[in-house]
Amino acid sequence: MATALNSELSTSKTHLDAFTELEKSMPGHDLPTIARLRRAAIARFGELGFPGERDEDWKFTNVGPIVRTPMRYDNGLSPCVECGSLPHGVQVLSLKEGLNRFSELIESHLGQYADFKQHPFVALNTAFWRDGLFIYIPPGAVVEPITVVWSTEHQSDIPALYYRRLLIVVGTEAQFTLVEDYHGIPQTHYLTNAVTEIVLGERALVDHYKIQHESPNAYHLATTQVVAPYKSNFSTHYFGMGGELVRNEVRVKFTGSHAEATVNGLYLARGTQHMDNHTVIDHAMPHCASHELYKGILDDKARGVFNGKIFVRLDAQKTDAKQTNQTLLLSDDATINTKPQLEIYADDVKCTHGATVGQLDEQQLFYLRSRGIGADQARSLLTYAFANDIVSRIQVPSLRQKLERTLLEANHLPKLEEGE
Amino acid sequence: MLEIRNLHASVEDREILRGIDLTVRSGEVHAIMGPNGSGKSTLAGVLAGRDAYAVTEGEVLYEGKNLLEMDPEERAREGVFLAFQYPVEIPGVTNTYFLRAAVNAIRKHRGESELDAGAFLKLVREKMKLIQLKDDLLKRPVNEGFSGGEKKRNEIFHMAVLDPKLAILDETDSGLDIDALRAVADGVNALRGPNRSMLVITHYQRLLQYIVPDRVHILANGRIVKSGGKELALELEEKGYAGLGIEDRVPAGV
Repeated sequence: MATALNSELSTSKTHLDAFTELEKSMPGHDLPTIARLRRAAIARFGELGFPGERDEDWKFTNVGPIVRTPMRYDNGLSPCVECGSLPHGVQVLSLKEGLNRFSELIESHLGQYADFKQHPFVALNTAFWRDGLFIYIPPGAVVEPITVVWSTEHQSDIPALYYRRLLIVVGTEAQFTLVEDYHGIPQTHYLTNAVTEIVLGERALVDHYKIQHESPNAYHLATTQVVAPYKSNFSTHYFGMGGELVRNEVRVKFTGSHAEATVNGLYLARGTQHMDNHTVIDHAMPHCASHELYKGILDDKARGVFNGKIFVRLDAQKTDAKQTNQTLLLSDDATINTKPQLEIYADDVKCTHGATVGQLDEQQLFYLRSRGIGADQARSLLTYAFANDIVSRIQVPSLRQKLERTLLEANHLPKLEEGE
Repeated sequence: MLEIRNLHASVEDREILRGIDLTVRSGEVHAIMGPNGSGKSTLAGVLAGRDAYAVTEGEVLYEGKNLLEMDPEERAREGVFLAFQYPVEIPGVTNTYFLRAAVNAIRKHRGESELDAGAFLKLVREKMKLIQLKDDLLKRPVNEGFSGGEKKRNEIFHMAVLDPKLAILDETDSGLDIDALRAVADGVNALRGPNRSMLVITHYQRLLQYIVPDRVHILANGRIVKSGGKELALELEEKGYAGLGIEDRVPAGV
């Protein structure tokens, strides 16, 4: 049953009222820890309210259109899961079912990392999630890629509001690849509010991909929160293509030394799409390395935002952090606001950051044209090349090929042949 | 094949070429030699259609057609090829994919059908043998991470695949050790033929020991000051630019 919020969401009161009405029907309402978490989250949302222009973290992204759109809560179906045969002990369950069978495990992790105290949309997600997915990888397991597909239902008159929630708990020394795929029915209008928490065990290795190709009319607000302990290795690649108004946050916290994180992203925006990427890498422990590369291609009147925070705490000596942000502007009307934010409290560290914003390289264009390739195709090829730099890093061949095809088609370029 | 008449060209209002006259017939190999700053690379750039240069006077006829009116891609499709002094790196596009796009653009221009994957691969294999290019350079992004020698060899490989009628080699010898130079020269010599003309631009006579030209022209201060047979290169080697009364210096601002 969907509950319609006929009045505007602009007052957080609407949400508070809805919470009171829905609370008893939500999964885990009979579990004190979960019920307390939800209540704490909605209470915090009540204090925070929706972010406004004066909120430094939301300076370039106006959530007004989202707040002003009347929406209905969706029942929240669990996602479709695609995976091969799973080793013994691996659990892939809807969160609801997970709460029945592994309540202690879930209670000890859910909502403990994605910080609802600081983030109104994370708070809403934590209060309102109806279902989601729980994945548990036992220590030492090596697991073939698991793909989690979130799709939307057919449209009714009132736009739907989907709360997507993922909890991934990976045991010590386990190796795991996760693909998150968000898509929706084209031309439909809805909001996805997604929170993914990924907790790695020591020396675990996790390779994460997120493909966001929501309907061009959709809103997508998401936070991926990662906890990386001693000697763990986390890698994530975000590909943002869909959505009218998108804010994707990736937050990695090192909770042990000698851990490593790769945080890469590519987003393609055209028309009037607005794509905001926020990343936070928290070097709370010494001897950790982070590598970050975000690329954006903006055409027409698209707007991009990149904000990359790196904290290097007092104890985080021997930190090695590198951040790069590159934006390609294909039109005079496209805009980007890019901001690296490094806060460094330790003294023996290596931190670099760089941002470039520009058009296609004239030397490269001439080189292609001098070989007979027409100016338009040369521009397409270079645009593809700029993006493919990220796509080519994907370690899952089928996913890499799929995205390569998408990029080539988007740029009206011929298919790749074998060996190319 | 190529007729350059009284060509003047400038960069940012500074005149670099000051009246070049040059005729290259089908099948001929001409060497353009000259000190730094004499205008050698400008000449190559103007012929290939680099838009940093403004032609202020004169004309260039290629197979009787006005070359200067054509876009760079149109020149390439008509059979003009420039081997770059500094080949450009294109991360994200493999050498093969790039070349297939180029070959098919040229074929389309000629009214020929596009090559399918199999036919293209066959062509590439054939030309690779000629140039002795390492197999993995095909699958790597264009010029990215290539050594200096590999980049130059890749240029000659492009030339072999694209099969131009007029090839301009801009300082193809620069930065090469003797083995790499010989390999590149072997590739070029293998591509010599009655239907292909070449302009070999170089600072040193060294390359011309391997690619023996039909004619040698000495360019100084934007003009051809001396022309002769292949022996002119040897004379230059012996006496140096100064010995021929040519200043070998880098003009201020270069």
